[in-house]
Amino acid sequence: MDERAKQTLLQLVHDDALQSHESLATRLGVNVEEVVQAISDFEAKGIIMRYGAVVNWDKADSSRVTAVIDVKVTPERGRGFDQIARRIYLFPEVVSVSLMSGTYDLQVIVEGRKIQEVAQFVSEKLSTIENVTSTTTHFRLKTYKFDGVIFDDPTTDQRLVVTP
Amino acid sequence: MSQRLEGRLSQIVRELPPSGIRRFFDLANQMEDIISLGVGEPDFVTPWRVREACFYALEQGYTTYTSNRGMPELRVAIANYLHKYDLHYDPLTEIIVTIGGSEAIDIAMRTILSPGDEILIPDPGYVSYYPCAILTGATPVAVTTCASDDFKLTKEAILGKITEKTKAIMLCFPNNPTGAIMTHSDWQPIVDLILERDLFVISDEIYAELTYGEKHVSIAAFPEMKERTVVVSGMSKAFAMTGWRIGYVTGPEYLIKEMLKIHQYTIMCAPIMGQMAALEALQHGEKDKDAMIKEYDQRRRLVVEGFRSIGLPCHEPKGAFYAFPDIRNTGLTSAQFAERLLIEGKVAVVPGEVFGQSGEGFIRCSYATSVKQLETAIERIGLFLTQLDRIEA
Repeated sequence: MDERAKQTLLQLVHDDALQSHESLATRLGVNVEEVVQAISDFEAKGIIMRYGAVVNWDKADSSRVTAVIDVKVTPERGRGFDQIARRIYLFPEVVSVSLMSGTYDLQVIVEGRKIQEVAQFVSEKLSTIENVTSTTTHFRLKTYKFDGVIFDDPTTDQRLVVTP
Repeated sequence: MSQRLEGRLSQIVRELPPSGIRRFFDLANQMEDIISLGVGEPDFVTPWRVREACFYALEQGYTTYTSNRGMPELRVAIANYLHKYDLHYDPLTEIIVTIGGSEAIDIAMRTILSPGDEILIPDPGYVSYYPCAILTGATPVAVTTCASDDFKLTKEAILGKITEKTKAIMLCFPNNPTGAIMTHSDWQPIVDLILERDLFVISDEIYAELTYGEKHVSIAAFPEMKERTVVVSGMSKAFAMTGWRIGYVTGPEYLIKEMLKIHQYTIMCAPIMGQMAALEALQHGEKDKDAMIKEYDQRRRLVVEGFRSIGLPCHEPKGAFYAFPDIRNTGLTSAQFAERLLIEGKVAVVPGEVFGQSGEGFIRCSYATSVKQLETAIERIGLFLTQLDRIEA
């Protein structure tokens, strides 16, 4: 399978991981064995990290609070931001950490069951890390689109049933 | 009273058969829980940037007529865009923006044909060519294309139908309904014949962008063909803009000049907001378009493989978004097959006979629908075939 087909395969699996290998192979015009091999390589190399689902939690009636926290830090000599990022991402309530360009350094996304739980994490854990100089916490109010998926109810097919 | 008045209406219109697809549409429209592979338009919504450009145009007050030929900027964009097919037209004199490809076909036929002329039309083919030709008083003559030739047009088939009255030939590749395309070497003998017989050409290239594996070759790109060829195309299929009704027609100045008269008296101009949207699509919509084509290509493999796996022979369609499987083994006509499949299998397809006599024995299945729907549709058709076998046995 050429590099371009591999990139397409990766995108297809990203969009819908439940597709059968047979269907993926047919869509790409390659053998099933090639698809199996490529996916297994992606997994081995840590390119595919995990298979999950995009869930609209607002609809799932589960009480959960998500906060996006802008964190400014003083990088450590010799290790830059990585060591501090590690100290933060090892907390289980942290769902994502990214190094950003711009007015702050790390974007940390934290999930909890209540606002208090998140607030407590920020004030007791995050802010107290030695190299963290400031935090700004934004609570997520509503998700409209996530990972390419629009969360509004999908528009129905407006087309006529049969047209020439 | 009304019967008497009806009898006085134009004879040519009264005798025009209604679209064969209509009856089938009425039937399909009443049913619930069907999957439709019968739709001749993209399932994608027009790319957002294009829709957004239309809002902007409205906000800016673009609500007026444009030049009869269409906005000059759009004609320049069309001229530049067509360079990719080695087509070179002067935006000032050789392009008209039309109300979809449909208007372009109509005005091209009305400009070229006179009563008594004959026009050759590949069969199967899109449903409007015949009636448009008849409305000019000319006679449409079917030229058969066959599954054994991958539904390509051949010189031999044309030769069998050409007469002294033949004035023009309609071309429609990539083809609706067969998905057939024509390569440079496929065209060469036909080009020679057209030149020898001094025919005009109307080439409907609305599906030009949708080819898989091989790039579209326009017959007008043959140097000696431009002076006798009208190319019809538009935004509908490539950019998922069917409802906008923005097409265009290109040709030599002497032909466009005459076509423009019909366009300016009957249409005036295409809607300006649609033209603004088309301009955005041509200038910045390349990436959106390519993503859709990539998706169609994947689905194409899925349906062709799917039909073959359930025992329906299916040639490989290399263009458009239709598969045209062969259902002759079932012993049913295409209309019977489509009707029973709709009622018993809950899948809507279009009987091939709708597209001409040579379409009999085939069904047109559009793969402009989601992968999940396609997979379910193939399953349902497979089940329908099994039940059919059981009944026949």
